[in-house]
Amino acid sequence: MSALAKVPIGSKCRVVAVSGADPIAQRLMEMGLVEGAELQVVKLAPLGDPMQITVLGYHLTLRKTEAARVQVVP
Amino acid sequence: MSEALRHAPRPDLAPRTVAILGNPNTGKTTLFNALTGLSQKVANYPGVTVERKAGKFALGGRSVELVDLPGTYSLAARSLDEAIAVDVLLGRMPGEAPIHAVVAVVDAGNLDRNLFLVSQLLELSLPLVLALNMMDGAARRGVRVDVDALSARLGVPVVPLRADRGEGIEALKAAIDRVLLAGEPAPSPGIAYPEALRSALERLAPSAARRMAWPELLRALVDVGGPAERRLAQLAGPFCAAQLVQARRQALADGPLAGLEAAARYAWVRAQLQGVVVRPEVPRRTMTERIDALLTHRVLGLIVLVLALGSLFQALYLGAAPLVAGIDWIFARLSDGVAAMVPYGPLQSLLLNGVLGGAGSVVAFLPQILILFLFLSLLEDCGYMARVAFLLDRLLSWTGVSGRAVIPLLSSFACAVPGVMAARTIENRRDRLATILVAPLMSCSARLPVYSLLIGAFVPATSLWGWLGMQGLFLLGAHLIGLLVALLVLVLTRRTVLRGEAAPFVLELPDYRWPSWLSIADRLLIRARAFLVRAGTVIVAVGVLVWALSYFPRPAAIHQGFEARRTTAGTMEAKAALDRAESAAYLEQSFLGRAGHLLEPAVRPLGWDWRIGVSVLASFPAREVVIATTGTILGLGSEEGASSHALQGAIAGARRPDGTALFTLPIAVSLIVFFALCCQCAATLAVIRRETGSWRWPMLTFGYMTVLAYLAAFGAYHLTTWVTA
Repeated sequence: MSALAKVPIGSKCRVVAVSGADPIAQRLMEMGLVEGAELQVVKLAPLGDPMQITVLGYHLTLRKTEAARVQVVP
Repeated sequence: MSEALRHAPRPDLAPRTVAILGNPNTGKTTLFNALTGLSQKVANYPGVTVERKAGKFALGGRSVELVDLPGTYSLAARSLDEAIAVDVLLGRMPGEAPIHAVVAVVDAGNLDRNLFLVSQLLELSLPLVLALNMMDGAARRGVRVDVDALSARLGVPVVPLRADRGEGIEALKAAIDRVLLAGEPAPSPGIAYPEALRSALERLAPSAARRMAWPELLRALVDVGGPAERRLAQLAGPFCAAQLVQARRQALADGPLAGLEAAARYAWVRAQLQGVVVRPEVPRRTMTERIDALLTHRVLGLIVLVLALGSLFQALYLGAAPLVAGIDWIFARLSDGVAAMVPYGPLQSLLLNGVLGGAGSVVAFLPQILILFLFLSLLEDCGYMARVAFLLDRLLSWTGVSGRAVIPLLSSFACAVPGVMAARTIENRRDRLATILVAPLMSCSARLPVYSLLIGAFVPATSLWGWLGMQGLFLLGAHLIGLLVALLVLVLTRRTVLRGEAAPFVLELPDYRWPSWLSIADRLLIRARAFLVRAGTVIVAVGVLVWALSYFPRPAAIHQGFEARRTTAGTMEAKAALDRAESAAYLEQSFLGRAGHLLEPAVRPLGWDWRIGVSVLASFPAREVVIATTGTILGLGSEEGASSHALQGAIAGARRPDGTALFTLPIAVSLIVFFALCCQCAATLAVIRRETGSWRWPMLTFGYMTVLAYLAAFGAYHLTTWVTA
């Protein structure tokens, strides 16, 4: 299990959990990052942060600090 | 047949209120426009700055008011937008009619995420119609939706649409008419919450259910110490708040609560879509992904972005100039007309310098506002704005605001008024306020004449190492100081007045699409009208006030003294010089002039004398006014422009009573620094008032900028004196 922030570009993975219950965690879950959701890391912004992923068939961007809270498995 | 049946009451044709709601980027605004045409009204919800947009249309013999609720991903009432959406839907918003039905707008190509919000809407027990918009986009991706099966699963009418082409609008109206006639709430979605959540909810329900919706209760359960919990205590009372604590304790024994709700809803969504939505085996590479290969490319993407922002800036800076010149010309003709019709005296001066001057400066902002909002609406509607935030977020994230702040701040280099208005595209309230607070520090085009005048008069036109022009260097420095201070203030405010956890930067990158010209034109009109009516009145009022302070009192003795000298003056030039000296004399003993004398001890540390103080005071409505006032007070008349050699010469040659120069290089630098950092602009302050909904923010902006400007001018004066000594 690793953090989404560390997943290499192009890789696919599956969400295990989002840590925390604060608004950021709630927002991530509302956007579809719930247990079992399949993700793909698409690219990083030119300055290395934020990252772009696909989830539920749409494109989402989030900062690495937020992605660090999403636990995933390959 | 019984008497009662023969006279069966006709269907009730009383007016009805319908709310329209959906995720951002689902074409909700386009659909709203297609339903209501141009009958819409924009106002603010009482006490908050969220706009209430509503329009009317006729439906089956009755009038329907359609209320456009803010685009949102959830009804958990965490942000202000979400809280207002729930309040309106549940009839808790004061002064708002109860909602009789809801139109939920969803993107047919992305039902997997869009139905999350629908699952919450279904729990509100209101009649509901599902508007399945952007059917074309779904088709392009190879996504097929079985509309009838979806309608059967959810138990609500589902209408496929292409709102941008007006396709399906009549069917949607018919469906709204049917649910209004029937008046039956949508069936409960029956989401299978885990036992821990269900028992906790059942404990809360008796004391809260009448006042709060299911999604809010669910959110309050996990939101320990957060806004949802505070709302529960506020809306449902202390007993319910105590129940909440108990319910949590009980539920927590079974494991963490967070995540259960979202997981249960998404599981429900998957079950509803099973067999209803068919996707291609291999996902097609969409047009959006092909465009993004260029636009968010790490090198090419930045080049395109610089070109886009560069052309925006050019359009603001240069494109608006001829239009502003045209407006100035019209107001000059109007002034000529007034001067010809109204005899010389207080009334003429009020009309010319107070009213027309103020109104002219208001209208002169319009070209830049319209150009900026045309750009913003285009970028927002075609989907590029989210990419701008993606590309540039890292540039600003260290200061505590997001990449969304780039466009408002950049625009403020042309003019802070449209820049502050552009900050409304920033979703998070703290980010938005922090951006508004520093936008006036960006060096706007109104500071340019002040810089040109002082630099032209005092900085030698020499160059460093043969190519680096000294004057250009000073001009660059004047622009940089505002930017540097703005970044520092951003960092500071996000840690003090606007402290709070960093706003999440979790942003959808929507599919690219063609913008709708109708909806863009519509927004431009709304912005222009809001600025002219709401901010414009304040600006004109301030202009009139400052005019009165600089005009009154007018003791007859001054006039008589100059009249006597005029009779002995020989040439026309001598008479004109006397007229100018008379203006200067009037200004000196006006309320403003006296205030300048009174304030002299305060401005002396900056190297200024009372005359500079008066010019700065008089420039409160707008910075560039300092030039006309300086011209008047030096007895040169108010018509001299910044590049006028006469004015530059007069400034360089002006003396104090003791014979020393009124202006020196250190004083010029101190003035430049002061004007770089101060907020001498009534229009900016009026717009901040309008955008934040209270006088608190404009007062804070003016206060902190004036203090900063004063301190920095003090430092700059002494530093320059020391360097040049």
